[in-house]
Amino acid sequence: MVVRTGVEGVRALMARATGDEKHDESSTSTLDAIWVLYDRVLHVDPADPRGETRDRFILSKGHGPTAYYAVLAAKGFFPEELLDGFLERGNPLGSHPDRNQVPGVEASTGSLGHGLGLGVGTALALRAKGLREPRVVVLCGDAELNEGSNWEAIMLASHVALSNLTLLVIDNHSSELSMEPWVARFTSFGWSAVVVDGHDHAELEAALSARSEAGPNAVVADIPEGEW
Amino acid sequence: MTDMRSQLGLTASDLVESDPRVAVVLAEISVDRFARAMRTAPDRVINVGIMEQTLVGVGAGFAMEGFHTIVHTMAPFLVERPFEQVKLDFGYQGLGGTLASVGAPYDYGTEGGTHHSPGDVALILTVPGSEVLVPGCAAELDTLLRATYANERLTYLRASVAQNDEAFDVAPGHLQVIRRGSAATVVAVGPMLTRTLAAAKGLDVTVLYTASVAPFDVVGLASVAGGDPLVIAIEPFYEGTLIPSLTEALRHVPSRFASIGVPRRFITTYGTLEEHDRELGLDAVAIRARVVSILEGRSASASP
Repeated sequence: MVVRTGVEGVRALMARATGDEKHDESSTSTLDAIWVLYDRVLHVDPADPRGETRDRFILSKGHGPTAYYAVLAAKGFFPEELLDGFLERGNPLGSHPDRNQVPGVEASTGSLGHGLGLGVGTALALRAKGLREPRVVVLCGDAELNEGSNWEAIMLASHVALSNLTLLVIDNHSSELSMEPWVARFTSFGWSAVVVDGHDHAELEAALSARSEAGPNAVVADIPEGEW
Repeated sequence: MTDMRSQLGLTASDLVESDPRVAVVLAEISVDRFARAMRTAPDRVINVGIMEQTLVGVGAGFAMEGFHTIVHTMAPFLVERPFEQVKLDFGYQGLGGTLASVGAPYDYGTEGGTHHSPGDVALILTVPGSEVLVPGCAAELDTLLRATYANERLTYLRASVAQNDEAFDVAPGHLQVIRRGSAATVVAVGPMLTRTLAAAKGLDVTVLYTASVAPFDVVGLASVAGGDPLVIAIEPFYEGTLIPSLTEALRHVPSRFASIGVPRRFITTYGTLEEHDRELGLDAVAIRARVVSILEGRSASASP
């Protein structure tokens, strides 16, 4: 199986998964962050996608998963030929990812506001197992954070000091409601938070690799309007 | 007799102690009854506060990591409020776990309609593959929880204030013949048995008992209902909830069905459980009158 080595190669893979153009912005705006995660940050093994000591990544918003699928294919979780059959009957790659059909997918998502609760439970479960190294990264969209369930989970994560949890917000400015100021909002809930350039790989890597021992971490990847 | 809510805490605490793969997620309700479990394994027994969507999501997160999760709060806040989390986080993802409720259908009757949940069982049954268990007393709850907590299915376990006088050897998918007759077959569910037996005294009816709504013992019912069955369900939830299971059991035989359960309307009065039962036609006196009416070919809908 070919393993792609650069984000441009992944972009080429994305282009093979057609039919969900309404979510192009949603998908493309996640590409750099997901690529940096899988290329430089997360400890995952495509040969053992449910290995006990792996890091867990949950694409909470589910929408526009072609960047996610392309990265998983590029890293060898499944053959890239599956991308050619995206959305086709019999192909496991649908418009929202399914953990029971796609190797490497941790959670079946698409209904907004579910992934962070699942991520908090997963992070608590890792702690209960005594696994201190694996971390949980949950990706939410800025508009997804309109859902109140996220703010329940945000309150709980700091209450139980989940330092093994990182929330990655892709802020492509699709939220009708203003979600800023991000840092003040998260720190008021007891989180560490930083805003970075959502296309800058060095900034993304530094922010996503950092891990406050005091509690949960938020990384907001800013995607300027029109630049997705 | 131990109440079911306390038994839930006792049995869950035993399981937390004996099985390191058991996790419990609470939302303030009944925290005092799980104190032993919380002391034993504070990393596996979590009180999330008052946030029911996250209650269920966190439970599913534990299940994703291989834990046998017991998620508990009051029925309307466990089933109805976070139903999409139940449906997707557990059901669609194919995860097992126990959703253990108290308070249905109107156990805490003075709290009013915001705390009632007679539709809980019907709603859970819309989640494909779910298991619904309605024990008749604390001992049965203990048996059922121990039997199912690790079976990798999504199980709804409904603890009630009302209890039967006697415990039976219950199991998922199992009906028991309590007494035999010829005019009709009466199926009592969970805590409805004692009052059903009182209601049926002197009547020529078979009385069956089950604590398992799903899976339902279709073979057991078919084997005792006879060739011209009249089946009357006595249900501690919205009446008619059990009818699809009854028709499935007797699909090869022309049959008549009737249901005596909670009427499908909002209950807007305040009162005790016993007062609500009397008002809604679910005490022994009212059940007897309705069964006699059905046997005489009159309307089954005898609730006021």
